[in-house]
Amino acid sequence: MVTIEINNRQVKAQNGEYILNVLKREGIRVPTLCHLPDLFPSGACRLCVVEVEGVPGLVPSCAFPVSEGMKIKTHSPRAIRARKTIVELLCANHPDDCLYCVRNGNCELQRLAEELGVRERRYSGAKNEYKIDTSSPSIVRDPSKCILCGKCVRVCEEIQGVSAIDFIGRGSRAYIGTAFDEGLNISSCINCGQCITVCPTGALREQSNLKEVVDALNNPQKIVIVQHAPSISVTLGEEFQLKPGTDVIGIMNAALRRLGFDRVFDTAFSADLTIMEEAAELVHRLKNGGPLPMMTSCSPGWIKFVEEFYPDFIGNLSTCRSPQQMLGAVIKSYYAEKQQIDAAHIFNVAIMPCTAKKFEAERPELSRNGRPDIDAVLTTRELARLIRMRGLDLRELEPEGADTPFGERSSAGKLFGVSGGVMEAAIRTAHYYLTGSELPLVKVQELRGLSGIKEMHLQIGDYKLGVAAVSGLANARKLLEQIKNGRKDLHFIEVMTCPGGCIAGGGQPFTTNQEILKARMKALYEIDRDALVRTAHGNRYIQRLYQEYLGEPLSATSHELLHTHYFERKVLK
Amino acid sequence: MNDKVEEILKAYPEAHRDALIPILQEIQQSEGYLSREAITRVGDYLKLPASKIYGVATFYNQFRFQPIGRFHIMVCRGTACHVKGSAKVLETLKRELKIEPGQTTRDGLFSLEVVACLGACGQAPVIAVNGEFLAKVEPDKIRNILQFYRRKVMDNAK
Ligand code: SF4
Ligand code: SF4
Ligand code: FES
Repeated sequence: MVTIEINNRQVKAQNGEYILNVLKREGIRVPTLCHLPDLFPSGACRLCVVEVEGVPGLVPSCAFPVSEGMKIKTHSPRAIRARKTIVELLCANHPDDCLYCVRNGNCELQRLAEELGVRERRYSGAKNEYKIDTSSPSIVRDPSKCILCGKCVRVCEEIQGVSAIDFIGRGSRAYIGTAFDEGLNISSCINCGQCITVCPTGALREQSNLKEVVDALNNPQKIVIVQHAPSISVTLGEEFQLKPGTDVIGIMNAALRRLGFDRVFDTAFSADLTIMEEAAELVHRLKNGGPLPMMTSCSPGWIKFVEEFYPDFIGNLSTCRSPQQMLGAVIKSYYAEKQQIDAAHIFNVAIMPCTAKKFEAERPELSRNGRPDIDAVLTTRELARLIRMRGLDLRELEPEGADTPFGERSSAGKLFGVSGGVMEAAIRTAHYYLTGSELPLVKVQELRGLSGIKEMHLQIGDYKLGVAAVSGLANARKLLEQIKNGRKDLHFIEVMTCPGGCIAGGGQPFTTNQEILKARMKALYEIDRDALVRTAHGNRYIQRLYQEYLGEPLSATSHELLHTHYFERKVLK
Repeated sequence: MNDKVEEILKAYPEAHRDALIPILQEIQQSEGYLSREAITRVGDYLKLPASKIYGVATFYNQFRFQPIGRFHIMVCRGTACHVKGSAKVLETLKRELKIEPGQTTRDGLFSLEVVACLGACGQAPVIAVNGEFLAKVEPDKIRNILQFYRRKVMDNAK
């Protein structure tokens, strides 16, 4: 411990920790543009500069360690002037089209310009002009709005282990691009959207499908069916200034009906269905010699990652389609038949925390008779836009339930929204399959929390199983390398692409604040804690679906509708 | 895969990141440019993503990513040439050929490169076409110069 002085006040700090950390703890905000929590500081933007007595010049607080007796001034006239100049220079070659920008209202550059009182154009530079890259079904890149903070590059490399993008060129001509300046669609990009969540400006955004959805809603011929992913109900509220972690499930159902959706279903139902199939598949593989470890397949970024970087592991992936695709398929087959509607008239919309789901929905092997099972995917942010566009006030809506039969879920399905949740849900059901009895304690504490790699060994009946839950694909890489090098104690691995799981997905309300992520996670676990039905196999509507249509897990019908196969993918990597 | 690239890589056993630039230089020397195949292969070899290699390579002006044209034009941007108006010369070449330095015209005839000094300062402004020096180049003569080389190709074809 050392004692330092910040703005004339004595403060305790760890020797060697960065000034910025101490400031955060003390409730003093200095602006940052290139800082990413938990990653090595890059010191690129210099916006976080402060004055340190005895040090000539200003120092970047994100990369400058504290030491005994240090005296810091965070908002001296010199520091403020320096920050303001940086922002003015950034604005000088930024395209002036805030009014037309998706980030209008939540752009960090806008906010800084406002905070620092930028009110006139002191510098004028040539406006950046680059081609917009719309080639990807998930991500749109508009380099002219880029301020070169480098966060997208670091997230893509250090968190996701992908490196689809990097700094190209030099000096005033530098920009963020792909290898050979190709479209993102043929790069190694896995569509996770983590780069969007850290981008301070509108340089990165999701490929929006709002127009298709609005058109379908306006088309009287279409029966528009919506499903919402398990994590949406605990994040959507943030877009409407509700406390992080507020569960708005009932209000969201009501809002979706007001928007004109003909049926409102819950993807957590098909998450239950996924568990039925996946747990059965695990048991089958355990009894029939593999391939093991089995790896989950509900996160489409991860699937593409394996296809590109680890094709030798394709056989380890569960053949289960993701919950989004399972529900899409069941709606356009079983449900259409039962309701006597022509599947061609159904327009399936999925509200997802995820940009990669847009890519998944377009995978040719996931369509039947030339028709995709999912017609459009909206992110949480896009749904919020739609709600605002239609002038709905969430605070005034009365909660409503989702529609039967696919609105009925167990809380196991709800856990798909957090890292470790799929595994926990699967263990509950695998235990039942293997022993005929329920897990004595349904909660699996070892698999909870925000840590990137969680592992445990457990005994189920005659089997001693090693399981792991990883999130952030750089972590998945570590585990795959261990397995490649002979590690043998793992039987089942859950992988979620985004760090922490879907609650931190690339389509979620913007935040990099760990406290907010924890609140989202806690909300899902509380829903599970308070639920009456906490296992997928305990869901009556799942049981009925098997009785009426599918037969049993891994049946021929299941295989046709709920399973698939993956293939090696050649990309620029 | 390209034998020459393999040959070059062989000289760098167990190489790491820091060998990247010399490897790229050797490949360019041997192939005249850095092809996608070469970059991807180097990436595999050094365990570096293609985006990173492309990023590093574009940082330096010396690397090109298209094969050079039949007529490779080097424009001197040394001090003497600059004083005598080489900027205008370069501008005109870019406009006439519709390419940037480092690129090659679509028909594969011309490629453009900017060099620091060709060492013929007395003749400024200087350009060199396939190593042959053209002295005291005037911007409005450039169209004729390019025409001359185009005709050369057509005559050869006859
Ligand atoms: S979407 Fe993910 S993989 Fe693609 S560029 Fe962004 S961070 Fe990288
Ligand atoms: S695209 Fe966004 S995150 Fe990436 S460098 Fe530019 S401003 Fe930063
Ligand atoms: S946040 Fe410190 S230099 Fe960018």
